[in-house]
Amino acid sequence: MDQPIIIEPITRIEGHGKISIHLAPNGEVADAKLHVTQFRGFETFCQGRPFAEMISLVERICGICPISHSLASAKACDDILGIRVPETAQKLRVLLNCGEFIQSHALSFFHLSGPDLILGMDAPAEKRNLFHMLQSHPEIAKDGIRLRQIGQQIIEGLTGKRIHPAWVVPGGVRTPLQEHERDTLLERLPEAQAILERAITLFIESLKKWQDEIEHFANFPTLFVALTNSSGQLEHVHGNLRCIDENGAILEQCQTAAAYQDIIGEASEQYSYLKSPFYIPRGYPAGMYRVGPAARLNVANGCPTPWAHTLWEQFRLFAQGPILSSFYNHFARLVEIVYCLETAEQLLQESNITSKHIRAHAQPNYHEGIGIVEAPRGTLIHHYNVNTDGLIERVNLIVATGNNNLAMNKGLVQVAKKWVKGSSLSEGAINRLQAVIRAFDPCLSCSTHAVRGPVTAIELLNYDGKLLDSI
Amino acid sequence: MTINTLQIATIWLDGCSGCHMSLLDMDEHLEKIAHLFDMVYSPLVDSTSLPASVDLILIEGAVSSEKDLEHLMNARKSAACLVALGDCAVTGNVPSMRNSFSLSDVLATSYQKDVSANPQIPTGFVPALLEHVTPLHAHVQVDHFLPGCPPPASAIFALLSHLLQGKQPDVSKLSRFGS
Ligand code: SF4
Repeated sequence: MDQPIIIEPITRIEGHGKISIHLAPNGEVADAKLHVTQFRGFETFCQGRPFAEMISLVERICGICPISHSLASAKACDDILGIRVPETAQKLRVLLNCGEFIQSHALSFFHLSGPDLILGMDAPAEKRNLFHMLQSHPEIAKDGIRLRQIGQQIIEGLTGKRIHPAWVVPGGVRTPLQEHERDTLLERLPEAQAILERAITLFIESLKKWQDEIEHFANFPTLFVALTNSSGQLEHVHGNLRCIDENGAILEQCQTAAAYQDIIGEASEQYSYLKSPFYIPRGYPAGMYRVGPAARLNVANGCPTPWAHTLWEQFRLFAQGPILSSFYNHFARLVEIVYCLETAEQLLQESNITSKHIRAHAQPNYHEGIGIVEAPRGTLIHHYNVNTDGLIERVNLIVATGNNNLAMNKGLVQVAKKWVKGSSLSEGAINRLQAVIRAFDPCLSCSTHAVRGPVTAIELLNYDGKLLDSI
Repeated sequence: MTINTLQIATIWLDGCSGCHMSLLDMDEHLEKIAHLFDMVYSPLVDSTSLPASVDLILIEGAVSSEKDLEHLMNARKSAACLVALGDCAVTGNVPSMRNSFSLSDVLATSYQKDVSANPQIPTGFVPALLEHVTPLHAHVQVDHFLPGCPPPASAIFALLSHLLQGKQPDVSKLSRFGS
């Protein structure tokens, strides 16, 4: 038995987890694993609940992307009703989603990864956080806080609450957008755009520093999965799943939500509460695929809004074919914030956005419903079965971070092989092991809906299982 | 660090991170009070172990695993003042909904029934789960309860600023269960 190095908890990511690194008898890194240490059990305790209650329940899976869970859940419920959601409600759902992507990507880029990107991976641990950045780099920290706030304010402006609003409902949304709210939201957008211009410049200028990280942060061929719209462009709320191979060729173009069952399977592993989805035709674990911001830009053949499209072109020039290094997720997040700012601006200017016709009503008409959206961290699938009274009989949730599980583990091995030397852990190695996980921006509370908590132990284990070092 | 800086920690047990997000929702208030405290341990910073003594610890989430319990016991030893932040910490809330089922059924549904490969229950490198999910006060004395799912940022700010000034906080009008 080999013996791992354990890093626990993994800080500055949203969830509970730890990392173990296993050495071979010759002292070289043999394997590395991410262990997600939280478990919730939503699949069981939702059984027997009325389907319409699901939206407010599943929001509690995650405090960062509750909107994604509410949208996936609402789409599954729409499916159970067999209903057509009014046009304004569709638009308001997309607008709400823009707010969430802006806040969640801002959190990932500025609050969580910002300290690494600005101060460097080798900066002292006590400095690598937002609170310290407020003193050392107040302008950047304030930009991050403000951008996240603008995202949260879109959510609040629509729903009256920032976290767990339970505003999306089966058949539509709960309340219309008020005109004065629309005006206030529109007024804030230019400030957000200015923040993005600064962030993009900052990131592009810093790219030279990151050649080693780009080369080793989960930089390997995998499949990629994401929703696209009917023209194959970037899409977060509607559209169908597409899967491309490592060279960019389209392997699957689903025509219905239900078709996900033919391409995505799930496996359990003994070492983690996070399940490992895989691409069925290639089997487990060969069917490794990635989701999330960079995957979405790889899968899409463009963005529907102009500034985001220009940035998408810039992104695709980072390499030939699909962009393989997960380090570029940081840039992809900025591209997606731009897409959301542009989309929000367009929607807020549409004449029927304040229409009062925002909900359609029906009784449950079908026993099964499937809702798929792109959450900030990637594809999110809610699949419900109900009985004739609309009580839940079965729930299956495939969450964004789970989709990346196999790739995150492989990414850890790649980083460990490059930076872990000998039988102890250097500060730089510890932080890079966490940073490669952070590049995926995993949401471990989602992943383990199922599970929750912050990842934060690293254990370095010898080939015979003896603990050599840990944090 | 000045002498008067309060040492603060935040801990995330079985919650959804929403309470931590609500803390960040203090937005510009965060900038105003950031210099008054030192965040010595939190999912938001890099320190990996809780110092032996901390002035104030805010805890999100219920107690669901052996690890949660260990964290909570350590926190109680170290904290001069311990706050149950949000409904999960105060009542058990959504995580405790699994209490009506047996733990083995809950695990089997997630890891054996709904999978297409390797059906098995995780047991290695992951903490054992407790049969029942409980709120903090089932195990330790809690100094302040702040309900809400999550508690609004304004309530967290009021609580923090009172405690930072050494006053007794009264947040009963600022937050309520559920919203
Ligand atoms: S109280 Fe609500 S917001 Fe806080 S952790 Fe629990 S579910 Fe999340």
